[in-house]
Amino acid sequence: MSSENSTLVKLNNAGFKQNDKWLVEGVSLTVEKGKIVTLIGPNGSGKSTTAKIALGIYKNIEGSVEKYTNKVGYVPQKISIDWTLPLRVYDFMLLTENIKEEAIDEALTLTGVIHLKNKNLGNLSGGEFQRVLIARAISKKPELLVLDEPVQGVDYTGEIALYELIKRISDTLNCGILLISHDLHTVMTATDHVVCLNGHVCCSGTPMDVAKNNEYKSLFGEKASQILSVYEHKHDHVHSEKGEIKKN
Amino acid sequence: MFDDFFIRALFAGIGIAFVTGPLGCFVVWRRLSYFGDTLAHSALLGVTMAYTLDLNIAISVFLISSVIALILIQLQKKTNLPGDALLGLLAHSSLAVGLVVIGFLTFIRFDIMGLLFGDILAVTTDDLLIIWTGGAVILLVLKLIWKPLFASTVNYELAEAEGLNPDRAKAIFTILMAAVIAISIKMVGLLLITGMLIIPAAMARNISDSPQKMVIFSIIGGLLSVVLGLYSSLEFNTSSGPSIIAASLVLFILSLFKIKQSIKLKN
Repeated sequence: MSSENSTLVKLNNAGFKQNDKWLVEGVSLTVEKGKIVTLIGPNGSGKSTTAKIALGIYKNIEGSVEKYTNKVGYVPQKISIDWTLPLRVYDFMLLTENIKEEAIDEALTLTGVIHLKNKNLGNLSGGEFQRVLIARAISKKPELLVLDEPVQGVDYTGEIALYELIKRISDTLNCGILLISHDLHTVMTATDHVVCLNGHVCCSGTPMDVAKNNEYKSLFGEKASQILSVYEHKHDHVHSEKGEIKKN
Repeated sequence: MFDDFFIRALFAGIGIAFVTGPLGCFVVWRRLSYFGDTLAHSALLGVTMAYTLDLNIAISVFLISSVIALILIQLQKKTNLPGDALLGLLAHSSLAVGLVVIGFLTFIRFDIMGLLFGDILAVTTDDLLIIWTGGAVILLVLKLIWKPLFASTVNYELAEAEGLNPDRAKAIFTILMAAVIAISIKMVGLLLITGMLIIPAAMARNISDSPQKMVIFSIIGGLLSVVLGLYSSLEFNTSSGPSIIAASLVLFILSLFKIKQSIKLKN
């Protein structure tokens, strides 16, 4: 564990109950600056709930949340926007904070949707809207980024590029990221710490630790732990900025 | 200058339109039209209280409407009834209680038509003062809570997650609604105030592609409605409220013809 002041958000045995049913309970985790923490788990295992607890959206929680930053960027899993609002992408970028025009353009360019800047939000496709959501969250230059299935609906090549972007943002902004992802490949490659949920924390640790864990295997099956071994074997080269392959 | 009742009414209406424009946009965006109706209906109780206790009507209506809004919030927390049922319950029961109380106050002559539909003859210089200072305060407060209120209108969880405190903004907005009803009741009448909030905003939606534009067009629509409505009210000797609302309806219908054109222009 590193020093206290690099901690951005800390959950201590946190849980949330709705209509007398626990959505998730007993979660402890810490997101630190420059680190990516990923939540994995089957549907209904409490991943989004955990993210919302960390964000302070739920008020009556068990346990406690310590949040050390107010500069937060959030990409929710589900977002329903009411189209009685005339809202352009540009207006949406300014939703929670007044950001400079250059920062908006930069973020929209990074996620590849700068051409949509003056389009109405209601006319975007699912994938385009997802890219705008990510752009909005990163344009604030947040200290804590919470991404709940950020690349849903994005095409395959875009997905890889966006995950690379997320990794780069965590490095350049030195922000902490709480990521929820279905894609075990991504989880295992870009994450510092994995928390595997199933209504409670079933196991957690580095990707390697988790992949070896028996509970993880029973939750996701043998195949899932092989993903990691496949990945580990691939790990014999790195890419330079221009994309050239360098052998380790 | 304010000696003439018509000039007074005109300035009162202009002051009201500046406030109902932006607030009306939020009423449309947040689907609060029935909530506005409920507050307006409860205003009748406020009026009777003003007469019995010899208070200023606007202040008394503001107090009662705020209390009704608080009761609504409590009922929403404590019962399982759907929101519209609670609104209906409060709207009609407060209207009924107001009318019953009026029945008991036989020593005061009430102009019921004026209360329900507005009366331009009733606007005094004191009212003008209340409308313009009250209106300025409402707009100032709305500007202060604009960011959290707007963000939570778009998406509550985003606003909450990114630290904007949307619940506080919502509570303040509720008070602003009570205030706008209080200052406009004499002019527009309690049955038609919601129309003044919604129709110019709805008209503006048809011709706007951004929230700021919608607010500006909504104010312009309200101003035009007031001027057109009041002149025709004078001309045809009709109640001021219905005349203003009818004028705003005409503008709304005209805006329907604009929709297709403006979409073509933008592409």
